[in-house]
Amino acid sequence: MKKVISGWSLIKLYTLLVYIWMFTPIIAVILLAFNPQQFGSFPMEGVSFKWFIKLSHNSTILDAFKNSLVLGSFTAVLSTAFGVPAAMAFIRYDFRGKEFLNTLLIAPIMVPEVVLGVALLLFIRWLQQPKSFTLLLIGHVVLTLPYVLLIVQARLVGIKKEYEEAALSLGANPFQTFMEITFPLLAPAILAGMLFSFTISFDDVTATLFWATARNQTVPVKIFGMLRNSISPEINALGAVMIVLTVSIPLLAGFVSRRFVRGRHKT
Amino acid sequence: MKNKPWKPWVLLAPSLTAVFFLLVIPVCFVIVYSFWLRGPSGQDIPAFQFGNYAKFFKDFFYPSILLSTLRVALETVFLCLVLGYIPAYFFYRTESRLKPFLMVLVMLPFWISFIIRTLSWINILGDSGLINHLLLKFNIINAPMPMLYNEGAVIMGLLQYLLPFMILNIYVSLDGIDKSLAEAAKSLGCTEWQAFKEVTLPLSLPGVSAGCLLVFVLTCGTYLPPMILGGPGNEMIANLIFKRVIGTLDWPFGSAISTVLMVLLMTIVYTYNRYMGISQIFKTLSNES
Repeated sequence: MKKVISGWSLIKLYTLLVYIWMFTPIIAVILLAFNPQQFGSFPMEGVSFKWFIKLSHNSTILDAFKNSLVLGSFTAVLSTAFGVPAAMAFIRYDFRGKEFLNTLLIAPIMVPEVVLGVALLLFIRWLQQPKSFTLLLIGHVVLTLPYVLLIVQARLVGIKKEYEEAALSLGANPFQTFMEITFPLLAPAILAGMLFSFTISFDDVTATLFWATARNQTVPVKIFGMLRNSISPEINALGAVMIVLTVSIPLLAGFVSRRFVRGRHKT
Repeated sequence: MKNKPWKPWVLLAPSLTAVFFLLVIPVCFVIVYSFWLRGPSGQDIPAFQFGNYAKFFKDFFYPSILLSTLRVALETVFLCLVLGYIPAYFFYRTESRLKPFLMVLVMLPFWISFIIRTLSWINILGDSGLINHLLLKFNIINAPMPMLYNEGAVIMGLLQYLLPFMILNIYVSLDGIDKSLAEAAKSLGCTEWQAFKEVTLPLSLPGVSAGCLLVFVLTCGTYLPPMILGGPGNEMIANLIFKRVIGTLDWPFGSAISTVLMVLLMTIVYTYNRYMGISQIFKTLSNES
């Protein structure tokens, strides 16, 4: 018995070490963002907000932030608008070639982003269209669509078909049924899909490097450009802002939706 | 609902159109372009010849990048497995109240920008990074150890990016195993270790292999870690494609390299699907959020 316990505590220790390994670099970015030193490195010499203040005056970064937010939001809305009906079709209907089409729609996950980047750019070039915001947007929709599909499908499997059939048999039309029955039950998955696609779009570098022009750079592409002249405390500050932003959004959404669900149970 | 066979097609139309025009056709373009010629002044000339592929395999330069990509991918898969299995097993067995919190922590990196996670290693491994700072401070070394801009640093970045995928894949598989099976083995006289080796480990292999495939495929297409953490000798195949297409605008050759990469990965994924079934991966990915 004693041997079993020591084995288990080794497992616990190992897991703890993996956590430390995984989070030390992230914590270092946040810490170093407050380092007043000129070079973004250890040791820490006091705490200062000067890099954040400098950041807030950097108009090209603010522009990139705006681009990223707009692009992410549009991507989230479009891919859910495309993905939710597709998920409905796959889960609620039987038709020929279903397996194949489902794999086809999820395929972009397995296609390397570089290839996706080259492919779409090549196509646009053949059409003799310039790189534009639209190119970025459609590209990001393709990148994120599979995730929306997977998340919404997984949730839809758990929603009983009988609810919808009951509504239909009581005289609701299919659209009413969707709005009154399916949509409220599906809402958490739709929200999760939107958040996921927003984050993927917000974070994407590789494919975006192919598609972005100097005018519509996103934050990660901007950071990539800044990195050419080594890591500066400003990059750490920007990284800290990004970490807080992209981590707090899903946590907040989870919190809000839980409150929302609990509130509805009470009534 | 049943007597309208066109309905699912209406629901599918937007996504199918999008994926067809924005993925299928563009990928076909890449394949077609890979047979084209590049004119002396850089224009693309339609042709059907294998010159671009011949150029790729002519001397050892390009295949060696392909081989080192595969080597890095295998190393990353192996290390992900070593680092990931035990935490996944911990989640499976633990009865701690903190379990949901710890699971969220594992998934947290999914939400943190990839480029930030990659560059964060500069703060740790750099000449004035955390490790060198501590070693110098305690007089263990006299001059900073160079740890950045080599294959090890690239793999560090890759591991941090891919480990959550591996842990989740293994955990999803472990979670489906009835714990009483291992108990039964133990009551029949197995030791804890034997019960794990003979019962739990074999049953968790679908998750292990799904995690390995995902990590392998994602590593093969990776662009950022070699760019940020690697040196001149650590280029991977994606960096080569980017350089040929965006750098020298050699579309036909860039397309040929892309095709080589695609064919390679498709062969691997196809073989995997043939023997293991790919649905395991999709199952885990849909749990990510």
